[in-house]
Amino acid sequence: MTELPAQTAFADRVAEAMPSGIGKTVRGLSDKAIAWLFIGPTILLLLAINIFPLIWTIYLSFTNYRANRPNAEVKYVGLDWYHRILGDADVWAAMQTTAHFVIWTIIIETVLGFGLAWLIDKKFRGHALWTTVILIPMMLSPAVVGNFWTFLYQPQSGLFNYAISFVTGIDPSSFQMLGSVRLSPWAIVIVDAWMWTPYVMLICLAGLRSIPDYIYEAAEVDRASPWRQFWSITLPMALPFIMLAVLFRGIENFKMFDMVNLLTGGGPGSTTEVVSITLKRQAFESWRTGYSSALAIILFVTVFGLANIYVKALNRVKQR
Amino acid sequence: MPGLTQAHSVVAPSTASRRIAGALVIVYAIITMIPLLWIIATSFKTPPDSISYPPKVIFTPSLEGYVNLFTTRTRQTPEVIATLPPPTTWYDKLVRSRNMVIAGPSNVIPRFVNSIIIAFGSTFLAVFLGTLAAYGFSRFKVPLKDDLLFFILSTRMMPPIAVAIPIYLMYRELGLSDTKLGMILLYTAVNVSLAVWLLKGFIDEIPREYEEAAMIDGYTRLQAFRKAVLPQAATGIAATAIFCLIFAWNEYAFAVLLTSGTAQTMPPFIPFIIGEGGQDWPAVAAATTLFVIPIFVFTILLRKHLLRGITFGAVRK
Repeated sequence: MTELPAQTAFADRVAEAMPSGIGKTVRGLSDKAIAWLFIGPTILLLLAINIFPLIWTIYLSFTNYRANRPNAEVKYVGLDWYHRILGDADVWAAMQTTAHFVIWTIIIETVLGFGLAWLIDKKFRGHALWTTVILIPMMLSPAVVGNFWTFLYQPQSGLFNYAISFVTGIDPSSFQMLGSVRLSPWAIVIVDAWMWTPYVMLICLAGLRSIPDYIYEAAEVDRASPWRQFWSITLPMALPFIMLAVLFRGIENFKMFDMVNLLTGGGPGSTTEVVSITLKRQAFESWRTGYSSALAIILFVTVFGLANIYVKALNRVKQR
Repeated sequence: MPGLTQAHSVVAPSTASRRIAGALVIVYAIITMIPLLWIIATSFKTPPDSISYPPKVIFTPSLEGYVNLFTTRTRQTPEVIATLPPPTTWYDKLVRSRNMVIAGPSNVIPRFVNSIIIAFGSTFLAVFLGTLAAYGFSRFKVPLKDDLLFFILSTRMMPPIAVAIPIYLMYRELGLSDTKLGMILLYTAVNVSLAVWLLKGFIDEIPREYEEAAMIDGYTRLQAFRKAVLPQAATGIAATAIFCLIFAWNEYAFAVLLTSGTAQTMPPFIPFIIGEGGQDWPAVAAATTLFVIPIFVFTILLRKHLLRGITFGAVRK
């Protein structure tokens, strides 16, 4: 925070330079001025690095511009790209792959995460330590995680294949998690679940801990069975938190890139090509800048809509 | 309070169910740690040990992975090696036992330095800007406050690849492609949204009376902010900084698309550590180990604030 004193000194000097008559007005105004002085730089930075590029993307999505031919003539193509994307079978295939990935990761992570949170909420000895241990995977770099799981998934020598063959007796070199069309979508689901179950667990735990004890006490007095208590108290009261976790995982996995890019790169063929991978291939390999800008805008709008719902969910949880 | 504790014990789980819960959680924790422990173990294996079948749990530890990570080597025939002066260091000796000669240092140190500069630079800027903006949003009437806050958060949720297309073009025009400054600005923009939301939560919790008292004592608003609010918010600022640091440290999508050499960070570099005939897994594992150790430390430091960080400050426990 070394720049703060300088700023204070500057403001003081400005205040001193003011004629004393309007000094009071300046003091009255200064709160507003300070507010903008404080918020302004952040807004400016975001305008420069997010909004200006966004507007540029919208413009590019109406043109035939190609980033690898910056000097070629740029032609206006109207809504052509949008038309083409909505009718493009590859894009729909990528959307389906993404949906498969999002839905299965959410189901697995929610069931495992809520289950773990429920167990941890029993407050056994050492639960704080084990909770921290469980949380480690979600703090790692998805790219580095994707990369080292390719090692665990090696057909012959990989630990994952060995563990599966140890448990089931199948020959560890008889299946390829990343090379097979049938298994590779599950390979990325497994890694994502490994990494992000703790995330869901942590939010569910907060939900469970937000339920006041007196409700359970009242249920106890009414002789409600533990089963009944779980379905009519625990689950409904933790539900806003579960929804929050589900929404955020949904948004994050909808735009998933890092981990999939390193695990499979979208392959074999395009079996694991999620939308972000399609976008990367179109934008940075085929250099179809106009087309990929239009696809980017479609993704933006989707994520923006989801983010809107997410913030509403956040505010609901906050009111508790 | 004693009444409350007593009441709590009525619904407290029984010892048996607590033990079962503990056992299940511990089993999950151990299974989940195996992949990481395996990578750390692999970093101390020799290349043949790392890909042996069945996988070796017991092995003779070797620093070959680390030596390979930090050096580039060329293969020589034993006759050529015999003509060289005897090795002076342990790593020379290790490399020569594989019929190789160290040609020079690898790129790993510059990449690590890039990661450190970009992570710390962007964290400093994001936390600096974020603290100011969070204070502004927390204490003043700002027109369209909720919309501005939503706008700030929504910038973080944008798919990085979609953002990267115009950024790539913009940076090409501005000469910021593959520069540390460009990456610092970009990561600052991504992190500042998290910083604003997190810090607003922390500053909201500081009673306004502190500043009001300071201002009655004759401090200006800015002095009150500096002397009364900042010290109170120190823990929150530190936690936020660690979150920003972790994001910038881990980021891959922008780094792989916008940097190729001089500004490349570790995440896009690690997968391309290759030896003869494919990936040199012990060296990759060594790089991964060195790369994730700071994250272990940060996770432990942050454990009380993790929930806040991942929910943008909304859920506070």
